[in-house]
Amino acid sequence: MDARTREQSVVAADTSQPELKADAPLRARVVDFSFYYGDKQALNRVSFPIYDRKVTALIGPSGCGKSTLLRAFNRMHDLYPGNRYEGEVILYPEELNIVSPAVDPLLVRLKIGMVFQKPNPFPKSIYENVASGLWVRGIRKKSLVDERVEEVLRQAALWDEVKDRLRTSAYGLSGGQQQRLCIARALAPGPEMLLLDEPTSALDPIATARIETLMTELSSMVTILIVTHNMQQAARVSDTTAFMYLGELVEFGPTTTMFTAPHDRRTQDYITGRFG
Amino acid sequence: MSTDRNPTAATDEQTLVRRANWQDLRFAIVGFVVLVMAMTTLLVLVGDFMIDGVPRLSWEFFTNFPSRRPEQAGILSAWVGSALVMLTTAALAVPVGVAAGIYLEEYAPKNWITDIIEINVTNLAGVPSIIYGLLALGLFVQTLKLGQTILVAGLTLALLILPIIIVATREALRSIPLEVREAAYALGADRWQAVWMYLLPTARPGILTGAIVGMSRAIGETAPIITIGALTFIAFLPPSPVQETFPFVSFEWLNSPFTVMPIQMFNWISRPQAGFHVAAAATGVVLLGMTLMMNGLAIYIRYRIRKGAG
Amino acid sequence: MTIMEQAGAARYRRLAPSEAFLRRRAVIAQIARGVLFLAAALSIFITAGIVYILLYDSILFFQQVSIIDFLTDTQWTPVFDQPRFGIMTLVSGTLMTTLIGLLVAIPAGTILAIYLSEFSAHRTREIVKPILELLAGVPTVAFGYFALFFLTPIFQRFIPELSTFNLLVPGIVIGIMILPYIVSVAEDAMRAVPNTLREGAFALGFTRLQTAVRVVIPGAFSGVTAAYILGMSRAVGETMVVAIAAGQQARLAVNPLEGAATITAYIVQISLGDVPHNSLAYLTIFAAGLTLFLITLAFNLIAFWLRRRYREVY
Repeated sequence: MDARTREQSVVAADTSQPELKADAPLRARVVDFSFYYGDKQALNRVSFPIYDRKVTALIGPSGCGKSTLLRAFNRMHDLYPGNRYEGEVILYPEELNIVSPAVDPLLVRLKIGMVFQKPNPFPKSIYENVASGLWVRGIRKKSLVDERVEEVLRQAALWDEVKDRLRTSAYGLSGGQQQRLCIARALAPGPEMLLLDEPTSALDPIATARIETLMTELSSMVTILIVTHNMQQAARVSDTTAFMYLGELVEFGPTTTMFTAPHDRRTQDYITGRFG
Repeated sequence: MSTDRNPTAATDEQTLVRRANWQDLRFAIVGFVVLVMAMTTLLVLVGDFMIDGVPRLSWEFFTNFPSRRPEQAGILSAWVGSALVMLTTAALAVPVGVAAGIYLEEYAPKNWITDIIEINVTNLAGVPSIIYGLLALGLFVQTLKLGQTILVAGLTLALLILPIIIVATREALRSIPLEVREAAYALGADRWQAVWMYLLPTARPGILTGAIVGMSRAIGETAPIITIGALTFIAFLPPSPVQETFPFVSFEWLNSPFTVMPIQMFNWISRPQAGFHVAAAATGVVLLGMTLMMNGLAIYIRYRIRKGAG
Repeated sequence: MTIMEQAGAARYRRLAPSEAFLRRRAVIAQIARGVLFLAAALSIFITAGIVYILLYDSILFFQQVSIIDFLTDTQWTPVFDQPRFGIMTLVSGTLMTTLIGLLVAIPAGTILAIYLSEFSAHRTREIVKPILELLAGVPTVAFGYFALFFLTPIFQRFIPELSTFNLLVPGIVIGIMILPYIVSVAEDAMRAVPNTLREGAFALGFTRLQTAVRVVIPGAFSGVTAAYILGMSRAVGETMVVAIAAGQQARLAVNPLEGAATITAYIVQISLGDVPHNSLAYLTIFAAGLTLFLITLAFNLIAFWLRRRYREVY
């Protein structure tokens, strides 16, 4: 016990996060989910819940399948041939299995947004980038779009910095600003869930901190699923954490518990830096 | 160390090294010489034309019709014809070529039909231009009886440069970074929306390069135009595209007989009088100027793309 | 106050697309796909058209002239009273100019490709490749003028027996014309050879030249061969240079110092003339065209297959 507490002091547990009640509302549930790249199995019978308007983090060493799992949520794998989903990922409240072949990937992507590891704004203006999600959905009325663009840029804490140069190229922004732009872009259509794939790994510490603050505040509005290789980040921003290893879910639970009293030996080893 | 044991070993190695470096140097010199020769060939060619042809250039040269007298011959009908034919070619080749390129790069499934289309496009790129002339002769002029008109010339050249545009479109689409594609799809766009709203605009410079190269090729093509039977002594202009009465735009010129600059040049080369040869050189200056400029522009755009402008 | 409260973003709206929009989008997507497919399929129709026209008129031709005669006769005199149709006459002209062109372009092109790929600095490539592209963009009729009025007189000073219309000078000019293509394809193939192979050779003590010749070229073999074959294909199909500078005399080309008609020059000659459209002489251009098409098709297919192979290897 002593050894453990000594090691765990390396990871600061944020005890200010509220404990999750067992009957907290769900936004999604992963049920017995497996995934294959062609013949190679990447994920094996993963199951865990995702609570509505909370931040769920997926952590694990490289190659554990966390990005693969994340990208299944918006059917990114469908863009490339030979991939196969098994099991279910059910979205609430519509109770839709979003990985079912009967469900059009387009439909899924209209409900679930994604922010990528490396900021990837379109080679267009800031305004056009944010408005993209609306235009693609046929929402073109200028007054509505203008209003919404401002709204999400404020939500992404970017409005003050860009309000005078909305029509300039998005590439003129710094890395951190571009990533916040991508967040605003993903938020604009009001998705049911936001997927973040290592969103700060390409950014400097200051930009990272700003985005982490953003995440915590956004989570009061939208469910967030984040993949991160930075454990401290997971400890800072998430409400629940899933630890994955070699394509399997090793442990899942409230973040505070995971980082202070993990059940599984492997979780503990990873968190204390013994591997990964 | 080895020098103590075997005094000749070191010198053997040294000789080998020296001979090797000498061999490399010799080849580098040869290579450089070949390089310089290739460069100067272009210079000599351009220089020859400029020496022979520039003195002949004048306002009258551009505004006179061809004549039986060499001193009065001009390229008015030729350059107007070239311009109109280029317009037709571009209007036909670019939309169809870009559309085909988009299909092959973004839509086509990996099956045998797609394979055949791809082999086909590659093959068409290598078919001699005169064969396109024979196709046009047999199909457009004889079977469809469209006559020896600007429209037929435009159609023929459009078919000729179609593979260039298709390949350029595909390359341009292929070079769009994966992140931009995934971002578009992640936003909920379907394939057509992604292509039309994001991929095509991003690929525009590359496609433009291909279009310019294609047009530069078309402007200098002689053989297919000869084969469809374009007359070589045209002393009139096609009907103007703009007219004074409604609807102010006319398409009659599409149906008109015509000539183009390379044909005019060829015609003058074939005449015995030296005066016509000079006129041919002058036409060559104009043609060279245009193709060098267009190719130069394409190279410049490609350079800017590589530097990541935008 | 948090940023959220500052922004007054208490409400979180879902902006979903309307059903009507989704339906419309699906329809547009289908139409777009159809149109794009048609554009791509057009290329098949073009080839079909070429084959149809050439075959149709050639069949009409071969109804009157036996194929054996066509392939074995040694004279090509379609417009004479007693016409002879030996295509080999024209083929020999094409062959001679192509051969001379390859004699110029293959050594120079290979050396240049090796130099650019294995020896020269990056900056040199950046300058040389555009210039080669400019050279490739020169109109063929300009090359024809250059051959007849500039090069031939110069060559005649050194070779007095050279007639004004000959095969030597057009052959050399054709070599210059196909040089950029050979360099481009061969150099691409060489650069595709992974650096680890080169490093292995250098580590063994190979010189740059030895590495190029013994490691890189064999590694890029299919690509380099494809380059040569592509050059051959273009040389065979070249029209204006030979039409202008090689003369119209259809004879068996054994002496490059004399002119002879090629397949392409012949087609031009007839197209310019007054041959009536339904005559046998007129049909000859399609038979000649078919021959040309088959030759270049064979070359193109071989080159295509070779290029595909070297792309897959790496």
